[in-house]
Amino acid sequence: MPVNRPPVTDWKEDFDHLDPQWVRDPYPIWDQLRKECPIAHTERYTGAYLPTKYKDIRTIAYDTENFSSARVSLRVERTQAPNPPLTLDPPDHRSSRMMILPLFTPQAIQAYEPQITEICDRLIDRFIDRGHCDAAVEYAQEITARMMARFFGVSEDIGPQFRTWIYENLELGLVEPEIYARSTKEIDDYFANEVAIRRKNPTSDLISYLITTKLNDKQMSDDDVVAALRLLMTAGIGTTWSTIGASIWHLATHPEDLARLVAEPDLMPSAIEEFLRAYAPASLGREVRKDVEINGQQLKAGQMVFMAFPAANRDPDVFPDADKVVLDRKDNKHMAFGIGIHRCLGSNLARTEIRIGLERLLKRIPKFTLDNTKEVIWSESHIRGVRTVPIIFG
Amino acid sequence: MAESIKRKLEVDLDRCQGHARCFALAPELFGTDEYGNGEPRSGGLVMPEDFEKARLAQRSCPEFAIRIKAWED
Repeated sequence: MPVNRPPVTDWKEDFDHLDPQWVRDPYPIWDQLRKECPIAHTERYTGAYLPTKYKDIRTIAYDTENFSSARVSLRVERTQAPNPPLTLDPPDHRSSRMMILPLFTPQAIQAYEPQITEICDRLIDRFIDRGHCDAAVEYAQEITARMMARFFGVSEDIGPQFRTWIYENLELGLVEPEIYARSTKEIDDYFANEVAIRRKNPTSDLISYLITTKLNDKQMSDDDVVAALRLLMTAGIGTTWSTIGASIWHLATHPEDLARLVAEPDLMPSAIEEFLRAYAPASLGREVRKDVEINGQQLKAGQMVFMAFPAANRDPDVFPDADKVVLDRKDNKHMAFGIGIHRCLGSNLARTEIRIGLERLLKRIPKFTLDNTKEVIWSESHIRGVRTVPIIFG
Repeated sequence: MAESIKRKLEVDLDRCQGHARCFALAPELFGTDEYGNGEPRSGGLVMPEDFEKARLAQRSCPEFAIRIKAWED
């Protein structure tokens, strides 16, 4: 990344979620902090705290009185483009969320299953005879970008552009304010145009739904619809792609789990929850509203909190053998989708994409291993995930 | 005798945030409402053969919203 930040030498007082050590393998860092300093701090990114215990993250997620969602990422500047309903606090949050929720219920998502299956099979057709593929680039990211385009009611061809914008907005944008502002504007211009088209000729797609639906006689303004669409796009592709990619990476490096999942397909629902726990991609941010004490530590107003849900999911006080993937884990109150009022809106879509993505791959390519001659790259952002998963079939 | 071992499932809607993990893990026992919140099927009735599924859903709910009680006719 084109920014000069000193490497971290003290994770307790100077943590950095973009440090190469964190990007490569954050789990030992979180283990150490949980034992020695359960709420770490940094002066970087306008100042932020890092809780790593499940119970502290839970407490903060539920405490909307002392912790605001007005800023949701740790960036070098304080600016935050509005992302309703994610960036709204009570009481404004509720109506905007209620309007979008019906689009994402399990029943609503079930209607997309044939399309997701068709996309997955079409992608597998492209590489199955080759004997190898990059399961992140050629499969996971293609599934989620194409599906999101269909979900909105726009052409699948926009997929690569979506991915560029996500990279600029969610990764580069954390440290490059100009790239953040430019990509935000480009995304908004794109969706504003799609909204304008549907104002003239409404269709039955998601964008039309958002501009026509009323809740308590109130309609979302076009600006709010555009901002909500930017949220759905930026939150709905890289996250699920990361989890599908990490799940395939896990299976490619753990042949016993791959064989078990192929032999026992009924394990899939609990295996998916376990992949979500162990490889949860998303961390979010909160802003401390007023000075408050959490687990004996004073948090100061105006500072950020890095809500590392993936760290909560590896807390050994809550999950025995937290670093081990147990496909049929029984106690699994993981927070991969966050908890409380900001629970990920798209969790049912995500879960369905992960399930069908894995089911189709395992059905058609039941044996594969990681190609160790190639590099595996992890993303640098609030969204942790593999960006390359080179696998060899058979 | 069989009556006394039935159980009743409840979803506390003040806690439920619509993760729908109960539906993903135990679709025989849970559906969801129009907003995606958990909704026990069959009035929440659980027979002994489904106890394990019911407990799996309860132990997977991150909002601690699921309760399993004794069935009262």
